[in-house]
Amino acid sequence: MMSQIAFYFSRAIQQGIPLLFGSTGETLTEKSGNLNLGIPGVMYVGAISGVIGAFFYEQSGGTLNPALGILIPLLCSLLGSLIMGLIYSFLTVTLRANQNVTGLALTTFGVGIGNFFGGSLIKISGADVPSLALSQTSAFFRTKLPFADSLGWFGEMFLSYSFLAYAAIIIAFIAAFVLNKTRLGLHLRAVGENPKTADAAGINVSRYKYVATCVGSMIAGLGGLYYVMDYASGVWSNDGFGDRGWLAIALVIFTIWKPDIGVLASILYGGVYILAINLLPTGGIAAVRELYKALPYLMTIIVLVITSMRNKKENQPPESLGLAYFREDR
Amino acid sequence: MSEKTPVIKMRDISKAFGSKIANDKVWLDIYRGEILALLGENGSGKTTLMNMLSGIYFPDEGEIYIDDKPVTIGSPKDAFGFGIGMIHQHFKLVDVLSATENIVLGLPGKLDLKGAREAIKKICDTYGFDVNPDKKIYEMSVSEKQTVEIVKALYRGAEILILDEPTAVLTPQETDKLFNVLRAMRDDGKAIVIITHKMHEVEALSDRVAVLRHGHFVGDMLTKDTNAQEMTNMMVGRPVVLNIDRPEPKDPKPRIEVKNLTVRDMDGIIKLDNVSFTANTGEILGIAGISGCGQKELLEAIAGLQPVESGTVTYIEDDGKREELLGKDPLEIQNMGVALSFVPEDRLGMGLVGNMDLSDNMMLRSFRRGKGVFADRKSPHKLAEKVVHDLEVVTPSVSTPVRLLSGGNVQKVLVGREIAEAPTVLLTAYAVRGLDINASYMIYDLINKQKAAGVAVIYVGEDLDVLLELSDRILVLCGGKVSGIVPGRGAKKRDVGMMMTRLGGSKDEK
Repeated sequence: MMSQIAFYFSRAIQQGIPLLFGSTGETLTEKSGNLNLGIPGVMYVGAISGVIGAFFYEQSGGTLNPALGILIPLLCSLLGSLIMGLIYSFLTVTLRANQNVTGLALTTFGVGIGNFFGGSLIKISGADVPSLALSQTSAFFRTKLPFADSLGWFGEMFLSYSFLAYAAIIIAFIAAFVLNKTRLGLHLRAVGENPKTADAAGINVSRYKYVATCVGSMIAGLGGLYYVMDYASGVWSNDGFGDRGWLAIALVIFTIWKPDIGVLASILYGGVYILAINLLPTGGIAAVRELYKALPYLMTIIVLVITSMRNKKENQPPESLGLAYFREDR
Repeated sequence: MSEKTPVIKMRDISKAFGSKIANDKVWLDIYRGEILALLGENGSGKTTLMNMLSGIYFPDEGEIYIDDKPVTIGSPKDAFGFGIGMIHQHFKLVDVLSATENIVLGLPGKLDLKGAREAIKKICDTYGFDVNPDKKIYEMSVSEKQTVEIVKALYRGAEILILDEPTAVLTPQETDKLFNVLRAMRDDGKAIVIITHKMHEVEALSDRVAVLRHGHFVGDMLTKDTNAQEMTNMMVGRPVVLNIDRPEPKDPKPRIEVKNLTVRDMDGIIKLDNVSFTANTGEILGIAGISGCGQKELLEAIAGLQPVESGTVTYIEDDGKREELLGKDPLEIQNMGVALSFVPEDRLGMGLVGNMDLSDNMMLRSFRRGKGVFADRKSPHKLAEKVVHDLEVVTPSVSTPVRLLSGGNVQKVLVGREIAEAPTVLLTAYAVRGLDINASYMIYDLINKQKAAGVAVIYVGEDLDVLLELSDRILVLCGGKVSGIVPGRGAKKRDVGMMMTRLGGSKDEK
């Protein structure tokens, strides 16, 4: 029994980690007043960039160095999502384009890019299945703590994950600390709440928006990398990432813009997802399973209803979320 | 006071927004230990000029000297560096943050809220402020927010303090308190600039006056050497009569009868408590009260926009026929001739759509009237042109988005449209909010014309002096209750002010 709970718990965490990356990144972005609906695309690009790096490293021949095997995909992934973040920031902050349109376009763009390069790589690799397996680099990514297996259910529940999973949790806590306890976080919150005020207080609004969006994108991109390199064991297939990007955005609302809550909430989301896919009865009808997949969104709606009913200002989205800022606009 | 050297000298400052010139070669001197009142009509460039000192805008041309050294103020940060602090008309505070967090916002270094709290306490003790450093801004009253703004500027070591219409949202008592603080700071050697429209405040507070007109510097002089009439003439550029007419009401008959009206807001808090009064035809009923005391709810209840808990609002026609307004559709009420022109704090919030042009905004009232599926665009266009012409609205054309007009002109459009409907009841709130003296008098004139035409006018205002001069009767609200109804003629400002803060006022003041 214990081992079964431990198994599902660890599955829930693995399922939740990409969402946690995504939501931490999006929370940082939204705290700057940028509503980046391009997060699904960013995570997609983060994943495919890592895959490209891993693919060419594996193709380069010779024995693979574990450190390089991790570093190359990691840097590629960060670079890919950084570029996405920069595109979004340039369009919405510098050119003051509509954030919703830009974000949605970026999602479409990111998914397209991912599938294009994914398809190309599958062709190059000459695989006869429509997927690409990067088992060697993936093995580096999935390295666990050496003593995890010897600790029974405790080891499985808490120690059986790869470094990226722990990184996700640590990053979420760091983000929460920075937002709430540092001057940087205070300024960022001010920018997202009321950029005019922040500007008048001598805060460089554009810089904060750029940095928050780009750092947020890079963190979110890691979610994509974790998904393909760890969760999917290094197997890339087009559209395999599914709707996790949107779930990450829903998770931001669910956590009422608090990354530390995100750590637990992402496990809950992952758990509900696992429940939906594996445990809940479907009566033999596959379509029912698709309905179950809506559960996390349902939970988000319930949270939205509750927070808007309580109407506490601290639990509302940043006030200028989605609005472009122009100093001399009157 | 004669041989002082100015701490700030602005020379040949020009600034244009697109083709609109806001400041044209303006000269201005600001002295330490002096309160300078900066006067001018709406859109004369006062705020723009001061924004260039506080680093919000950057001048297109000209030089700024501080202590005779030429300086470049490229950002608000630079401005703090030079000891310039500005209190904007719309407070620059983040609602969800506490007073302390707002005060330290934008400063470098490690975040030390505890130390900041101490320093804030010290400043408060020095000048006699009353601020709770841990209170969230959204829980504060307007006056508290303003205090936080001033403390913020002082915390940053401001030596030159600029206040943009600081009294527009304060009660007379709060205004007095603010003025005492400002005087204390002046005596402490700080330079203070105050932008205002209210002549009696200029006379009561300032040491020197500088006047701008249409972006040009007209002149400056010592306050004691001038008077309201001269200053107004300088502002407007021609002699202006500074009296509000108050003709005796002609044949007043009850038009709107409000009985025992009680209104709760969405959170269940009582906004209006058992309010009863009658508004007569051909009469201006002024409504005084601290902002947020139920004025908005009262007007909205009459206009049918506000759910009412209990009470009645009765419309009495000329022939004495009575009709209950509560429960009626706002559109029905409107068609009966009840017009509401509410000017909210942000001016555009209610009644006008910023991104639509003047004629389309006129259409918001009349779009239902066209025949068939097509809207009638011609008559709104004509009406827009008429309003622009009659009320001297400054706009490039009637197809300019309302958002681009200056505040005063926006209000003229709003009030003009409501009056064009030839109402039988005119509900107007804050019609002159932020308007300069010339535009204000034009609006008073318009309202008086409506009164002469037999319209029952309910006028919610924030400037007590004007209420006292304009209204035939004044209803004073205090915390949603009727504190009293006094005749406008002969009412004392002090009494009304006391009634605003305490039910029934207080007799034991010296």
